[in-house]
Amino acid sequence: MYPELGQLALILALLLAVLLSVVPLVGSLTGRDNLQAFARPLAAGMFVFVGLAFAVLTHAFLTDDFSVAYVANNSNSMLPWYYKFSAVWGGHEGSLLLWILMLAGWTLAVAIFSRRLPAVMISQVLSVLGMVSVGFMLFIVVTSNPFDRLLPNVPANGADLNPLLQDFGLIVHPPMLYMGYVGFAVAFAFAIAALINGRLDAAWARWSRPWTTVAWAFLSIGIALGSWWAYYELGWGGWWFWDPVENASLLPWLSGTALMHSLAVTEKRGVFKSWTVLLAIVTFSLSLLGTFLVRSGVLTSVHAFASDPERGTFLLALLAFTIIASLILYAFRAPVVHVRSRYGSLSREIFLLLNNVLLVSATLLVAVGTLYPLVLDFFDLGRISIGEPFFNLTFSPLAVAAGLLMGVGTFSRWKKTDAGWLARKLLWPLAVSMLISTAVMVSYGGFTPWAFLGIFTAVWVTTATFWDLWGKSSSKKGRIHGLKRQSRSYYGMVLGHLGLAITMAGATVVSNYGIEREVRMVPGDVAEVGDYQFVFKGIGERQGKNFTAQYGSFDVMRDGKPVAELHPEKRQYAVGMSVMTEADIDGGLFRDLFVAVGERISDDAWAIRLQYKPLIRWLWLGAFFMAAGGFMAVSDRRYRIRARATEPSATSSLSQTDTQGTAGAVS
Amino acid sequence: MKRFWLFMPLVVAIIVGVVLFAGIGKDPTKLDSALIGKPVPAFSLKDLKNPGSTLDESLFRGEITLLNVWGTWCPSCRDEHEALMWLAREKKVAIIGLNYKDNRDDALVWLDRLGDPYRTVIYDPKGMLGFDLGVYGAPETFVIDASGVVRYRHVGVVNGDVWEQVLLPVINEARGNG
Amino acid sequence: MLRMMCFVMAVMASGISAADVAAVYDFDTRSEEQRYQNLIAELRCPKCQNQNIADSNSPISKDMRNVVYQMMLGGASNDEIVESLVGRFGEFVKYKPDLDSRTFMLWATPVIAVLGGLLVVAGVVVRSRRAGTVAPALSTDEQARIDKMLAERNQNGNG
Repeated sequence: MYPELGQLALILALLLAVLLSVVPLVGSLTGRDNLQAFARPLAAGMFVFVGLAFAVLTHAFLTDDFSVAYVANNSNSMLPWYYKFSAVWGGHEGSLLLWILMLAGWTLAVAIFSRRLPAVMISQVLSVLGMVSVGFMLFIVVTSNPFDRLLPNVPANGADLNPLLQDFGLIVHPPMLYMGYVGFAVAFAFAIAALINGRLDAAWARWSRPWTTVAWAFLSIGIALGSWWAYYELGWGGWWFWDPVENASLLPWLSGTALMHSLAVTEKRGVFKSWTVLLAIVTFSLSLLGTFLVRSGVLTSVHAFASDPERGTFLLALLAFTIIASLILYAFRAPVVHVRSRYGSLSREIFLLLNNVLLVSATLLVAVGTLYPLVLDFFDLGRISIGEPFFNLTFSPLAVAAGLLMGVGTFSRWKKTDAGWLARKLLWPLAVSMLISTAVMVSYGGFTPWAFLGIFTAVWVTTATFWDLWGKSSSKKGRIHGLKRQSRSYYGMVLGHLGLAITMAGATVVSNYGIEREVRMVPGDVAEVGDYQFVFKGIGERQGKNFTAQYGSFDVMRDGKPVAELHPEKRQYAVGMSVMTEADIDGGLFRDLFVAVGERISDDAWAIRLQYKPLIRWLWLGAFFMAAGGFMAVSDRRYRIRARATEPSATSSLSQTDTQGTAGAVS
Repeated sequence: MKRFWLFMPLVVAIIVGVVLFAGIGKDPTKLDSALIGKPVPAFSLKDLKNPGSTLDESLFRGEITLLNVWGTWCPSCRDEHEALMWLAREKKVAIIGLNYKDNRDDALVWLDRLGDPYRTVIYDPKGMLGFDLGVYGAPETFVIDASGVVRYRHVGVVNGDVWEQVLLPVINEARGNG
Repeated sequence: MLRMMCFVMAVMASGISAADVAAVYDFDTRSEEQRYQNLIAELRCPKCQNQNIADSNSPISKDMRNVVYQMMLGGASNDEIVESLVGRFGEFVKYKPDLDSRTFMLWATPVIAVLGGLLVVAGVVVRSRRAGTVAPALSTDEQARIDKMLAERNQNGNG
């Protein structure tokens, strides 16, 4: 009985979503407050019913209800309960339900945290979010019902969750990732609402910013978790493969970063409005594109869900409708009036615009690199592969350029920056950065141009950020006072930029100074990797909860002193008989030591994979810093000020608009 | 003029949409052979059924043949065996087998039990000819013309539809030219 | 500092004949070993779900790794090895696409994007130089709205 309740809940949620798409929007266009008042309750109702559906599915998993096809395909009675829980989103239908749950959650959050927004705006934003929900709910109800039953032949047990997914990573990575993907729908909804009602101004930018930043922060965490998970789970120490599905998550991140920065300019200066709106539409479109790529089977990937042409077509239609409708609205309604504002060629506006150029170029690069094989195949020009060599070659220069500009831009001022003043300000940080970079390179040994560029850029960003902080926090009342005086928004930027520098440092060092060896070892052998000696003690056997494992033992030494004891495994899972390589890693802040057992070469000789990974944890640490920066920026006072004005909403938003001698407020 | 540029993202989106739509349903794992238009690579391997006899690339000259790569370890090869028997018997197609990474005894037993559609079977236990032909997963079937040049490679099982729609047109074209 | 320690270690170690293990695919020098690792990371397994032959356990990947190894031992260059595999399996197995007439747009995209973007920025700067700080004139509608609001304000202020 229960699973049908879930299906019913979904259908009810769909009905509410339809109402949400139509009623408040009509109310906002015809000026009828009573219709607009439906927006918040409808959003709440939609969330309740989606939540109910999700709860029903979770219950089915936790109680081993194998009459539900999706549970039977993705679970097993021997699975530990926490994997049964995360198995809910282990396959296509359930992960789609998670997507919809997140969307309903964000919609509700917007409904709750938007008291200060004019009613017209909030009605339209919620309606647009409702429309997106309708699309996805239709998709799940029509093509991907998670509640389909296997009656009357209920299997005795399930097919088991893919062993690769029986991991902590599955518990955290998809939810964080989807929070990000779906969160960009809010910025999208604000953009569409602004295009509909014509109120595209600095106030709109201020409202959109926190939502965009939070979504971006979650996406950063989600991507980092994915990279980390792949690193320790897949058994070969890779952390980014430029795989189409990975790229699909990077695209909205790159575009979202550009959007975040562009919104800053639009909020503060009222300029670049048209561009910012386009970015908001594009970023969410890229989220949708990612959803399509992963589920349609159009591109090959280890991460892809099982493909189904019918689903692919439906999803593409959904995508096409949403994106094309938005872009048509954009083409007709985006402002073309040039704001007459003066800014110097070294002004902060221009630096942020350059940042956008680089980020958007990077987005284009990754998008073209991912989709190009499809294009060639379309014209019957053969099947090619585009992978790491291409992306590393083309992406790295953009990343370096962005970092270098970021450092310089930290010192730039709004409207105008004097070139001489800027150059003088940069001299010391530049010199310090050169010194530190050289020291780092010497300590790791070996100079290569790319290693130097990467390290220098990371050090440069760090130095510039701290230099600027030092400069801004000088105060007659003492340094502490000066530091306290800075806004949370500023510290958010500091953390965010530092995070990027940390990630860049990690990526550069591990790529250039990491060591990978695949060696043949018998028990007693010692292998050398860099400064470390790996002693192979032997292979035993052990029994796990739902698997048996060949259990390797390694002692790692350095300078004769023991460093770690590692136990990589080769597991055979009882259900499905799949074999999995579980690497063992001695993780550290400054280096990882990685061991994985390969094939058995002969009776006592095994192929062993050994890796030395310097600074690899910095990759993910940096992402967390970036996310922390985002959350800090959002907690800034300006977003927590309660409106003291009691005038009607139309004039209150006018008074909140920035007026700094620009005509930005005129829409 | 400015308004014109605002339509550009829409145009790009539509183009991408068309390309994506065309990609739905295609199998990204079916690759074209790199040897199309090139002769079968030189090889020197034993005959499966006559261990004393050595075969080489001249085996493919003289008539249009299908080269079928199979192994007893491959379940799909088992599936397509019926179709191959039918092709050999009813359609009088000359099929040469390539026993890929297999055991001679197992292979002979298999042919004995299931029937032998092959004119000759090349015994390639190490998969060397298979590698040179770019075989990456059995079953695969090549169409080779009378001068020993590879015309087409089909990845996956051969059945009636595949014969009708894929292999036969290639054979007819090869016949037309040769 | 690290380098100094390495040096000392090496000096000490040279006295002790600590035999290191052989790589599964063994070469004379570490740099050759590294070259092998780099090469197999750039070649794609033809049948896997997007994996390079270094990470894939499939039989065809093993065969390909073997051939790469043999060819390296035979003194072949990276290009020769890649070409020989491409000759058998097609361009699909190369993760780095060629630069030819088909892939021109692929390689050109980042260049065009950046240059185009820089042009736009230059245009923005130039245009802003020509502008003063004068706001554009209000449309008649907007003027009427302002007048009305100001009138209301004055009314409230006086009343």
